[in-house]
Amino acid sequence: MTGKPLGYKGKALHLLKEIEADIGDIIRISKGKSIYEGVLIPRSEFSDDNHIVIKLKNGYNIGISVVRETKIERVGAGPKPTFSAPQTPKQQEELPEVTILSTGGTIASRVDYRTGGVRPALSANDLYSIVPELSEIATIKAKILYTIFSENITPKHWSNLSEQIAKNIEEGAAGVVVAHGTDTIGYTAAALSFALQNLPAPIILVGSQRSADRPSSDAATNLIGAVTAAARGPFAEVVVAMHRTTSDKAIAFHRGTKVRKCHTSRRDAFKSINTLPLAMLEEGEFKMMIKDYQRRNSTRPLTTKPHFNEKVALVKFHPGIDKGVIDWYLDRGYEGIVLEGTGLGHVIHQCFAALKRAIAENCLVAMTSQCIWGRVNMNVYNTGRDLLKIGVVPLGDMLPETALVKMMWVLAQTKNVKEAKKLLTKNIANEFSNRTVFQNFDG
Amino acid sequence: MGEVRLTAINYNKIGLKVGLEIHQQLNSEKKLFCNCKTELFKGEPETTFMRRLRPTQSELGQIDPAAFFEFQKGIQVLYEGEKETSCLVEMDEEPPHNLNPEALKAALTISLMLNAEPIDEIQVMRKTVIDGSNTTGFQRTSIVALDGEVEILGKNVPIQHIGLEEDAARKTGETPQVLRYRIDRLCIPLIEIATSPIIKTPQQAQEVAFAVGRILRATKMVKRGLGTIRQDLNISIRDGALVEIKGVQELELVSLVIENEAQRQLNLLRIREELRRRNVKENEIEDDFSDVTTVFTNTKCKVVQAAIKSGNKVYAVKLPKFAGLLKWELIPNLRLGTEMADRAHFWGRCGGIFHTDEMPAYGVTKEEVESLKLVMDAKQEDAVVFVADNKANAVDALKAVTLRAREALVKVPEETRTAKPDGTTRYMRPRPGAARMYPETDIPPIQISTKYLENLSKNLPELPEKKMRRLTRDYKLNKKLASHILDSEFIQLFEEIISQSNVSPTFAAVVLTETLKALKRDNVEVDNVSNQKLSVLFHQVGAGKIAKEATSDIIIWLSKHKESKVADAIKALGLGMLSQTELQKIIDNAVERNRKLLVERGDKAFGLLMGILMKQLRGRVEAKRLSEIVKEKLNKLK
Repeated sequence: MTGKPLGYKGKALHLLKEIEADIGDIIRISKGKSIYEGVLIPRSEFSDDNHIVIKLKNGYNIGISVVRETKIERVGAGPKPTFSAPQTPKQQEELPEVTILSTGGTIASRVDYRTGGVRPALSANDLYSIVPELSEIATIKAKILYTIFSENITPKHWSNLSEQIAKNIEEGAAGVVVAHGTDTIGYTAAALSFALQNLPAPIILVGSQRSADRPSSDAATNLIGAVTAAARGPFAEVVVAMHRTTSDKAIAFHRGTKVRKCHTSRRDAFKSINTLPLAMLEEGEFKMMIKDYQRRNSTRPLTTKPHFNEKVALVKFHPGIDKGVIDWYLDRGYEGIVLEGTGLGHVIHQCFAALKRAIAENCLVAMTSQCIWGRVNMNVYNTGRDLLKIGVVPLGDMLPETALVKMMWVLAQTKNVKEAKKLLTKNIANEFSNRTVFQNFDG
Repeated sequence: MGEVRLTAINYNKIGLKVGLEIHQQLNSEKKLFCNCKTELFKGEPETTFMRRLRPTQSELGQIDPAAFFEFQKGIQVLYEGEKETSCLVEMDEEPPHNLNPEALKAALTISLMLNAEPIDEIQVMRKTVIDGSNTTGFQRTSIVALDGEVEILGKNVPIQHIGLEEDAARKTGETPQVLRYRIDRLCIPLIEIATSPIIKTPQQAQEVAFAVGRILRATKMVKRGLGTIRQDLNISIRDGALVEIKGVQELELVSLVIENEAQRQLNLLRIREELRRRNVKENEIEDDFSDVTTVFTNTKCKVVQAAIKSGNKVYAVKLPKFAGLLKWELIPNLRLGTEMADRAHFWGRCGGIFHTDEMPAYGVTKEEVESLKLVMDAKQEDAVVFVADNKANAVDALKAVTLRAREALVKVPEETRTAKPDGTTRYMRPRPGAARMYPETDIPPIQISTKYLENLSKNLPELPEKKMRRLTRDYKLNKKLASHILDSEFIQLFEEIISQSNVSPTFAAVVLTETLKALKRDNVEVDNVSNQKLSVLFHQVGAGKIAKEATSDIIIWLSKHKESKVADAIKALGLGMLSQTELQKIIDNAVERNRKLLVERGDKAFGLLMGILMKQLRGRVEAKRLSEIVKEKLNKLK
């Protein structure tokens, strides 16, 4: 880091370079009659180049503007942190073995109060020391796969993740936990649901809505719930484990194909759409909300089909849409389009020609609804009947995002459109529910 | 035993040092980081939710020990909310919105009035607080200006910094496992004004508090009422310890709290001397706890009885050579025994402890005390402390007691204490280590432009000294009354009333200071009467529609009927002013009924008739007007 104080640029960087100040050094800035002394703090890369941020003795940060009369000197090296981790709890060998694969969502972290940085906890030991309860639940094997924001996860990561999980399951893990950013955790959950079939053990995706560096974070409670399910949950399915309500009480396990992030920030953002959560965990007790599920069975042979075809698009219809959007995809050789239509499954008739072209060019076209809740039914209105006649495949109550992921997966299994259609409409991982009961509207 | 209170402490000699932190709620329309109202709600909450706060680890591997202890005990926090006064931000279910510009303006205005240097770029910080009072586990706080000063009797007292931060949630209850907090107060903007720890006497601290209070009120941007201003004090004496006292709710209490704390520390030092004289050694005080339930099998002590009945046990520990010291009074209502009980309550979450210094009492008999001492192998000079609870709590409680006893041998412990309304303090928690702060990355830094500051500087509110001159010159208030109203939270209301109504300034000032204070003393909930109602009341008095004499009665009635208006009070109390004809008629009637007596009395008839009529008409007629008519009638009688 020497020679380039983190985040600084322009004028401020120039001044800091002149005095060879580094992050964590004590510096003194004088301006007019004011003198400020404190530890040099990194600056957000999105901030301007006119201010230098220091931490005062009382712990507060302040930003001091750099003007002509600003004088700056380096007083000395600041206190260097020496990290001595608290004693980690002892591994209890008789407990089930759980693998935690991390993709980048920080499920546990510690704060560097000196510079304000937040560092993710990486090793199993780190996890134990921050969430000591884990040592009572399982023996943990932790592995970092990626350190990326969840919006940067691609179908290639899904494939790799599937293979990694399969490897750990085959090596005898009682369950696998995947720590994942919440923004796209639903897509990944759906992907794993199709890629990993005939599971002998549960795959639990887990994230947190409130950052792990705050004492109120939901991360630890979710992680404890996820590890508990991986260690001794009765089901062997791909699920997302998150808070059931705003309270730190119950953890809900949502089926990977039916789960959606329905709120930008709340702890209970994740809902099972058109169905109930698969299970609930409260005070250490599992309660199955859906009775018909795949039970844990270590002798069941896992089938891995980890490939995805990225030439599939999800197109959300809106009033005023340019039909050229569909042509654009076709011109680029897309092999599948999932439409997110209005209501029961409709798009404007001006798009019909483009859709006809798609089907004529062997592009798979399917319909889901932007209502999120409920199922499409294209027999009710003329538009629906027209679209059916054109060859658009209705996808029942499947979530648009799940439909996208499934079509990517289907078109990696077969190039034959007829077979692909068959596979797309076949219920593989509970992505379809054939009944929607009245109670399921609030997830 | 107990120590005689010194009449006067020589604060210079004992090396008193006080730092003052004044926290004042701002009267902004919206909260600091969201658009909720800055009000509190009464009655049942609409929403409750339960959380646990987990101490975040720092890079240094440190965790606040008290916080970690609470966490390990599985303490849960139940929050109460309502939709007008809190939203997802207070619930920690949504990131904070940008810093409220109205609050920032108030903070900068106050900074400039205190001659402080505003910060070029304000950085909002997260200060770790995991007692449950913040749903996030930290308080959002910032410094807006540094290096101010306030003038006290011609001398400048330096102000270290001026901060802008969010208020915390307020505690509404507590059981051993669950803390209850209400989140309406959370996120109300607070201004923090901190002096350096260089104040040398309680009196000086009091003056600083008043001077700062005057400046705060001069901005007309602050709230009034109980709990809207809170002082924290850092107090130390030579050989004593730095003790942080939180939540002094009235400016007037500052000097008393400091006097008490100095006294408490002095007495703790005397106890240390006494313990040394008795030759008590630290290692003699052992964590050797005994189950003494059998001693109390047939006890009449209700607390112990109930505990045993519910399956708990009585555990005891011996404090060698401590006899008599536990009842040593440190300050009124606070003994060394109280300090131990508070520690036991904090660490053991138990209701209370008993000790032999206060026995026999609470239904514990002399015989029980004797057999307890026997079982504990305690001699005349030893004290025994016991507690009735489950084993885990009892052990934690008694450990806290022995630790406190060992500390008594060595030093005045550094701790955080909470201020009571009577000016005494009680143990609250151990002093947290260095403030653990890290940036609130959800809120971008706020740059303060020179132009904005110049503009603010040009339009600063009138300074208190100038206002004082105006109060005495323009409103003809005497100096004492003027300074009272200036130091009261009603100064702004006073000026509004005077400028808008015909009420006499002296009368309004007296009501807003002396009358309200007297009513408060009589437990009238004056805070229930809004500024708006007080204003209406004075308008009516000014317009001659209400007699001055009726003011107190109306305020009392309004304090009991929060939803009602001034007009309702007048109606309910039958206090409408009488018309000239009505008045004439009533007086004529009275004269008629008492004609004989009045004639007999001659010159003394005036007093008699006034007495009769005032009783009947109190509050419905100005005394002055009444006396004029009475005189006239009596003259006719002659």
